[in-house]
Amino acid sequence: MSIFLNKDSKVIVQGITGGEGTKHTRLMLRAGTNVVGGVNARKAGTTVTHQDADGNDVELPVFASVAEAIAETGADVSVAFVPPAFTKDAVIEAIDAEIGLLVIITEGVPVQDSAEFWAYAQGRSTRIIGPNCPGIITPGEALAGITPATIAGKGPIGLVSKSGTLTYQMMFELKDHGFSTAIGIGGDPIIGTTHIDALAAFEADPETKAIVMIGEIGGDAEEKAAAYIREHVTKPVVGYVAGFTAPEGKTMGHAGAIVSDGAGTAQGKKEALEAAGVKVGKTPSETASLMREILKSL
Amino acid sequence: MEFQAKELFAKHGVPGTPGIVANTPAEARAAAEQLGVCVVKAQVKAGGRGKAGGVKLAKTPDEAEAHATAILGMEIKGLTVNRVLIAPAASIEEEYYFSFLLDRSNRSYLCIASVEGGVEIEEVAKTNPDAVKQIAIDAGTGVDEAKAREIVAEVGFPEALTEQAVQTVLALWTTFVEEDATLVEVNPLARLAGDKLEALDGKVSLDENAEFRHPEHADFEDKAAADPLEAKAKEKGLNYVKLDGAVGIIGNGAGLVMSTLDVVAYAGEAHGGVKPANFLDIGGGASAQVMADGLDVILNDPQVKSVFVNVFGGITSCDAVANGIVGALEILGDEASKPLVVRLDGNNVEEGRRILAEADHPLVTLVDTMDGAADKAAELANKAGV
Repeated sequence: MSIFLNKDSKVIVQGITGGEGTKHTRLMLRAGTNVVGGVNARKAGTTVTHQDADGNDVELPVFASVAEAIAETGADVSVAFVPPAFTKDAVIEAIDAEIGLLVIITEGVPVQDSAEFWAYAQGRSTRIIGPNCPGIITPGEALAGITPATIAGKGPIGLVSKSGTLTYQMMFELKDHGFSTAIGIGGDPIIGTTHIDALAAFEADPETKAIVMIGEIGGDAEEKAAAYIREHVTKPVVGYVAGFTAPEGKTMGHAGAIVSDGAGTAQGKKEALEAAGVKVGKTPSETASLMREILKSL
Repeated sequence: MEFQAKELFAKHGVPGTPGIVANTPAEARAAAEQLGVCVVKAQVKAGGRGKAGGVKLAKTPDEAEAHATAILGMEIKGLTVNRVLIAPAASIEEEYYFSFLLDRSNRSYLCIASVEGGVEIEEVAKTNPDAVKQIAIDAGTGVDEAKAREIVAEVGFPEALTEQAVQTVLALWTTFVEEDATLVEVNPLARLAGDKLEALDGKVSLDENAEFRHPEHADFEDKAAADPLEAKAKEKGLNYVKLDGAVGIIGNGAGLVMSTLDVVAYAGEAHGGVKPANFLDIGGGASAQVMADGLDVILNDPQVKSVFVNVFGGITSCDAVANGIVGALEILGDEASKPLVVRLDGNNVEEGRRILAEADHPLVTLVDTMDGAADKAAELANKAGV
C-alpha cells in the first residue's frame, strides 16, 4: 500500500516534449513508473521514445489535450512541467478532464493563478500536489515528479515535506528503513495537497507505521497540522522545521518561506508540534535518530 | 513605498492626490510652491514613519525645504531616506483602514477594513476587535459591484460616503488583481471636508513570481537601498540573502539551505557564537560557473571567515558538483582566499569525494556529515577571528 500513487497508476506528462519534461519522463520510466503518454497541443500526433526500467524502448504518444490522453490511455495521474505563464491554463485543463491526481512541478507560478485554480478545483475531482514541489514517490512502484528514485527503497515510513532537498536528505538519512510514500507538497504560499491531507492518508495507509513531517517558516500549515495530529493521528509522528535563523521579512528561496510580522516562525511551529506530542529534531540527522528510536519500539 | 503605491492607485482610479516626489530640499521647495500647505513624507519601506519624525507639516516653501533637509538622509528602521513625497495637506474629518490581501491560511483572499483607521490596525484589532471587519473573498469570483456593496455595508462606512466607498473598493480590487498584488492597503482612507473620500497613504506588495506579466514593476525596485551583495547576486540570478554572521553558506534547494543555516548556528554555539553569513541556494544545477558565481558573492563579504558548501546530490550527481567546486576554485584563482568546508552526499558520492580528494586543494576540507561539516566550518570561522 501507499498513498495517492502506486504501481497501477497510469501517468501522463504535461509538457512531455520540453527540456525538463523529457529528462524527467526518462527518469520516471527508469523508476518503474507506468508513463503512458504526454500532452503538447502543438506536437499532437507525434511520439517520443524513451527506455523503461528494463532498458526496453517505449514509444509514448503525444496528445493534444489531457482529455484526449485520458480517453486514449486511461491515465489517472498527470505531472506538469509547464512554464509559469502557462501553468494556470494547464491546471484548469487537467481539472476539466477530471484527472485524479495532478502534480505541478513548476516553480514561479503567480500566487493569484494558484488561488484561482485552487478555487476552481473545489467540488471537482482532481487532487493537486504543488506547485513548486518535487512531487511524489512510492518507492519500488512509481514516481510522479523529480525525486531521485535511487535514494531509498520501500519501507514503513511516510514522509511529507514542503522542501524537495530536505525530502531527499531525510530519505537518505533513513534509507536503511525505507518509505511507503514520500511526498513533497511544495514551498509556495498556496498549494494543493497540505501536510494535513498527507497525514490523513498516511494514518489510513496500513503500510505506513510512522510519519516524518518536514516544515519550514511561513504561513500556518505546520500549526494546523499539529492541531490535526492531536485530534486524528494515532501513528507516531516525528517533525523537523527549517528556518530558525531566518530574518524577519526576507523570502528564503521558496516564495512561501517568509516570516512576516512575527508570524510563521520556526520556533512557533516547533512549539505547536511539540504541544501535539510530536518529537521535533533540531537537525535532519537528529530527526532521523528520533525516527529510528520509534521504529525500534514498534 | 508610498509614492509608488499612489502611482498604482492613480492608474486604477483610486481617489487621492499622488503628490510630488523630491530627491533634494530644493525639489521639495519647488513642489511646495506648487502645492501650497503640504506634508513632507519620508519614502522608505517601513511603517511608523510619523513616529520616527519622518512626516512633517509645512505651511510655507521655506518650511518644506527645512523639513526635507532634516528628513533626507535620516534613518528609519535601518533604512536611509533617499527621497520625500510632498503631498498637499488635507483637512481630515475621519480616518478609515482598508485592505485586500492574500489569505494563505484559507488559500484565498481577504478584505480587512475598519472605520476606526488612521492608527496601526494591529492596535485597533487588540483594543477594539469588533471594529475590524474581516470579509472573505472567493478567489474564483472576486469582487464585483454587489460584493463591493456588501463590503461597504459590513465595514459600516457613513451613508454619505456609500457610493464613493463602493467605487473606491472596486478600484482597489482592480489594483490588487491587475498588478498581481499580495497586499493593497490604504491607511488612512480619509473623509475630507465636503464628504470626499481619499486614499492619503497606502502600501502595495507585489508578487515577484508575476514579474513576467509586469516588466514595469522592475522600476519600483529600490536599488539604492538594496544590499550591494544581494544586488550582485540578483544580477547573476542567484537566490541570496545577506545575514550578519561569519560562516558563508552555499547549498542546493531552499529547504536544505535554510536547514544548513540552522545547523551552523547550533554548531557555532560551541565556537564563540559564530553565525551563518548568508542564505545562498544555487538550485539543482551546480555547474562550475554557478558555483564560482556563488563563491564570488560570498567571498566578497568581508564578514565571511569560512565557507560551508553543503550539497545533496539528487538529480545532479555528486561528481558533477565536485567538478563544479574544483572548476570554481580555478576560475576564482587567488580570489578564493578563505577555507572551504565541503559536505557532499547522495547520488554518486564516492566519485565526488574522490575528485575532491584528488584535487587536494589547500583551502578545501571534506567532511562526511552535515553536522560534522557545520561544526568544522564554525570552528574555522572562530579561529580566523570574528
